Amino acid sequence: MTKTYWKTYQSAVADNHYYYERSCIRQSFFPGSENIFLKITRELLNKDIIDDKHLHTCTGIGYYSGVVPIETTMTVVARLFALMTEAGYKNFVPSCVTSFGLLNEMVDMWQHFPEKLNQTKKFLKDATGRTFEMPDNIAHPSDIIYKNREILKAKMKYQLVNCKTNEPLQVVDHVGCHYSKIFPKIVEGGAEFPQVLSGMIKSWGGRNVDYPERRHCCGFGFRQYLVMANRGYSVANTKKKFESMKPYKPDFILANCPGCAMFMDRWQYTIAEMEDITYDDDKRGIPVLTYEELVGLLLGYNPWDLGLQVHQVQVEPLLEKIGIPFDSSDKYRGKNNEVIGSPNKPLNLRVK
Amino acid sequence: MTNWGFHIAKSRIIDMDTADLGVYRKVAAKVPSAKLCLMCGACTASCTARNHTPFNLRKNHLLFRHGQFKGLAKEFDKCMLCGKCRLVCPRGVNTRALIYNMRMALDNLNYTRIKK
Repeated sequence: MTKTYWKTYQSAVADNHYYYERSCIRQSFFPGSENIFLKITRELLNKDIIDDKHLHTCTGIGYYSGVVPIETTMTVVARLFALMTEAGYKNFVPSCVTSFGLLNEMVDMWQHFPEKLNQTKKFLKDATGRTFEMPDNIAHPSDIIYKNREILKAKMKYQLVNCKTNEPLQVVDHVGCHYSKIFPKIVEGGAEFPQVLSGMIKSWGGRNVDYPERRHCCGFGFRQYLVMANRGYSVANTKKKFESMKPYKPDFILANCPGCAMFMDRWQYTIAEMEDITYDDDKRGIPVLTYEELVGLLLGYNPWDLGLQVHQVQVEPLLEKIGIPFDSSDKYRGKNNEVIGSPNKPLNLRVK
Repeated sequence: MTNWGFHIAKSRIIDMDTADLGVYRKVAAKVPSAKLCLMCGACTASCTARNHTPFNLRKNHLLFRHGQFKGLAKEFDKCMLCGKCRLVCPRGVNTRALIYNMRMALDNLNYTRIKK
């Protein structure tokens, strides 16, 4: 009898006392995501999670782009672990999927090559005077939300259901490559059938879209995007995914990686401007949400407090489908209620 | 018009439902040495037409083999059938006959050639 290996792959998530590492790009492109995750984890799940102001980059983007040497990356990762050790925590929770992949890669490397661990300890000591301990557990925040999805469901005001037709929303889940494809065995469902987002969607009333290019890269690819001459390959990858999902008429895309969410959102604008192609019937594009934003929306938080106004593809049609009330006049108001200005309108992508 | 500094790369996936591989089989039946080609590109490197145009026999042969005929008729018309490529081919492919037969096959498929 054939053994289905992916069913044996499971995520190990610590129950409490998390050391949170913010993401360089998530807090830039999706400014409400991390705050809402921290708020939910503390107030609704009653967990202890620290948001350390001393944190810094993990070097992941530079490392995977081939511009940061591995010894530098190891030492920087060691400093992150040193900060965790100094704060008295043992469960590391990196917000970014790139960091999640990178940290697991470094830990795996040190296990296989102890001499590299000793070298890193020496580099860290020489450079900063610090020492560190390995974390007991590295879990992605989406794992924590997935693990507590039923608890959160009980507190939700809305479900992933079209309030006019009572039909489940068609949702595309896009799991970051560095979350499930580097070490598939530490992810529930492995690289082929990662459950983290599809499980949330299913649990909260939506319907998963199983389209041909479901596991294809979002197009970021690091070097493919960062080197302008290669950028055409990056957008071509994303285009391939959109063309594949279009016939299923998805209501929105859900991502756990900040890079994926960013590229699937922004490239829709680029493709629309370059080729006048959009992937919905209304030339508005397919909204892209991070899992934190989705949880926040379903729990009833104000969409503009979640930072949804900074998305390229506008989310109002999706909010109307779910039945979430919103005030358009508040959309571009800042912290102290002052108007912060609205962006220019794209040529081809409809934003109103 | 925005200058993006890049273009969306075209997909290189070959749709096997539409690619006609039978045309190449017919050509290879007439020029059996075509099957010996290992796509080294020596033909392209030595090509006189290549010196003056973007003509690339290795690339066009591969596209023909994969049933990707669009634009190939005009490409093959750039060849002067001088046969220099045949002299340098390490596998002894009769490249001259191959180009001639690929040209004829595309004529039969009504692909547009350069107007003379």
